[in-house]
Amino acid sequence: MADLLPEHPAFLWHNPDPKPSYDAVIVGGGGHGLATAYFLAKNHGMTNIAVLEKGWLAGGNMARNTTIIRSNYLWDESAAIYEHALKLWEVLPEELEYDFLFSQRGVMNLAHTLGDVRESMRRVGANQLNGVDAEWLDPKQVKELCPILNINDNIRYPVMGATYQPRAGIAKHDHVAWAFARKCDELGVDIIQNCEVTGFVKDGNRVTGVKTNRGTINTEKVGLCAAGHSSVLAEMAGFRLPIQSHPLQALVSELHEPVHPTVVMSNHVHVYVSQAHKGELVMGAGVDSYNGYGQRGSFHVIEHQMAAAVELFPIFARAHVLRTWGGIVDTTLDASPIVGTTPVDNMFVNCGWGTGGFKGTPAAGLTFAHTIATGTPHELNKPFALERFETGALIDEHGAAAVAH
Amino acid sequence: MLLISCPNCGSRDETEFHYGGQAHVAYPENPNELNDREWAEFLFYRDNTKGAFAERWLHSTGCRQWFNMLRDTVTYEIQAIYPMGAPRPDKAAPAPESGTASTAPDSTTTGTAAPSIAATSLATSTAPASTTAPEGATK
Repeated sequence: MADLLPEHPAFLWHNPDPKPSYDAVIVGGGGHGLATAYFLAKNHGMTNIAVLEKGWLAGGNMARNTTIIRSNYLWDESAAIYEHALKLWEVLPEELEYDFLFSQRGVMNLAHTLGDVRESMRRVGANQLNGVDAEWLDPKQVKELCPILNINDNIRYPVMGATYQPRAGIAKHDHVAWAFARKCDELGVDIIQNCEVTGFVKDGNRVTGVKTNRGTINTEKVGLCAAGHSSVLAEMAGFRLPIQSHPLQALVSELHEPVHPTVVMSNHVHVYVSQAHKGELVMGAGVDSYNGYGQRGSFHVIEHQMAAAVELFPIFARAHVLRTWGGIVDTTLDASPIVGTTPVDNMFVNCGWGTGGFKGTPAAGLTFAHTIATGTPHELNKPFALERFETGALIDEHGAAAVAH
Repeated sequence: MLLISCPNCGSRDETEFHYGGQAHVAYPENPNELNDREWAEFLFYRDNTKGAFAERWLHSTGCRQWFNMLRDTVTYEIQAIYPMGAPRPDKAAPAPESGTASTAPDSTTTGTAAPSIAATSLATSTAPASTTAPEGATK
C-alpha cells in the first residue's frame, strides 16, 4: 500500500535553524508577523531577517479567527488603515501568486434598536466620506440580500436594517498565512518554528538580542507581533502595554449546501456568521469578560451566541455545532491597535488588534515593516502609537465601528 | 463556565457575576500631582498577568457585593477568594492558624479539586483604607 501514497506536495517554506544574528527579528509567526516580514523584505530590502514562532506557523489567532475582512470603521484613522488593508487584500492574491480565495461577498452589520440605526447611518455617512463603500439597507433589502435572515417582528430584537459593505468578505486564513510564508521564504526570510522567546538582551535601553529556547540570537531590531502574548513579551523587555488578553471563541457547524450568501454580523444580539467555501457555517461569539490565556472560554458565551444565531436564522436550528475553539485576543481600552515604537530602543510593537486582527493583516504588515525599517511610523499607523494613551488622542472604536466585543 | 464561591452567597454560576478587572489598583493619593504618564498608567494600564492574577468580581445578580479573587489566567483555576481591602493572599504574611471569623459561608474553591489557599481565613485581615471600594470597571 505504501507505494501507492502520493508524493508529499512541495514544501512552501524551509525550516532553517536560527542564525547567530539578523538585521531584524520578528517575534510571532502568525499573519501579522509573516506580513511584516514580507513587507520588510519586499519594500525595504531587509532580507536578513527571521520570524520566530513558538509553536507552529500561523497556529495562534491566525488559525482561530472567523476570517471576516471589512473596513467600515467609523473614525478617520481607522477607516484609513483598514481601507488600505482591504485594498491590499484585493491585490495580494496576484502579488503573492497564491489564491487564498478572498471572496468579496459583502458584510452586513445588523441594526436592532433605534440606537443601532442611528449609529449605523452615521457610520455609513462617515464611511462614504472616507471613500469606504457603504450603504444603508432597510429590512426588505436585507432580506433580498440574505434570504435566510428572519426580518419579522416575532423576535426579541427585530432587524431594523443594516449597513452593507459590498467589497468586504472572507478569505481562507490558513492559505493567507501560507501565501505570505512562501513569499517570505523565497525572499530569503528565515521562518523558524518551535522557537520560543524567553527574554531579551539589552545594552542600556537598546535591545541587541533575543533569548530563545534555541539559543540567543543577536539582532539590530525586534518587532513584536505576538497578539495575546504581547504583554508577556513586553514584561520580559521591561515595559508595560495597555493590553488585556481575553478568550474569544468561535465555532463551526457541519458542512451544508450553500445557504448563506454574505457575512452577517450583529453586535446587539451578538453573533457573526458566514459560510465557508467548503460549506460549514462559521460563527463568532463575544469575548469572555475575564482575562485569560487559556485559548478557551466559557460555554455560556457559546450558548448565548447560538441563541442569537437561531433567532436570526431559523434555518440553523437543525444544524449541529461540530467544533468550538478559543483564541487569546489582545484588547485595548479604545478597541484600536497599537503599532509603533516602544520605550525600548530598536524594539517595536504591533498589538492590540483585539477581536479583529485578521482583516488588518496586510496593513499591519505594511505599516509595521515601515516603522521597523525606518524607525518612524508610516502615515497610516502614526495615530496608533502607544503614546496616545498619554496624550488622550484615543481612537475610540468601541461601539462605533461595528466592533464586536 | 466558572463556578464562583461568593463570600456571601456561596457557589454560583459565573453568569451571576460581573468582572471588574485587576484588583488592588488604588485611586492616586495626590491626583493633582500626577503627570500625563502617571494618569495614563492609572487609567489605561493594567497588569495582564499570565498565571496567578488578583482580580475583582461583583456578584451582580446576588448580594451585589464586590470581592477579590485570585485566579490562574491559564488554567482558570480559582485559587482564593478574599474581601475587598484585604491583601492578596499569596503575597501577604502567613495567615493566622485559627480564631479568625470567615465572611464566606462556602469556602470551597470552584471547578477543580485543587486546594484553596485558605482564603477565607484571611477575611478579617487589616485593610488598606484606599481599596475598600471598587475603583470602577475596566470595560
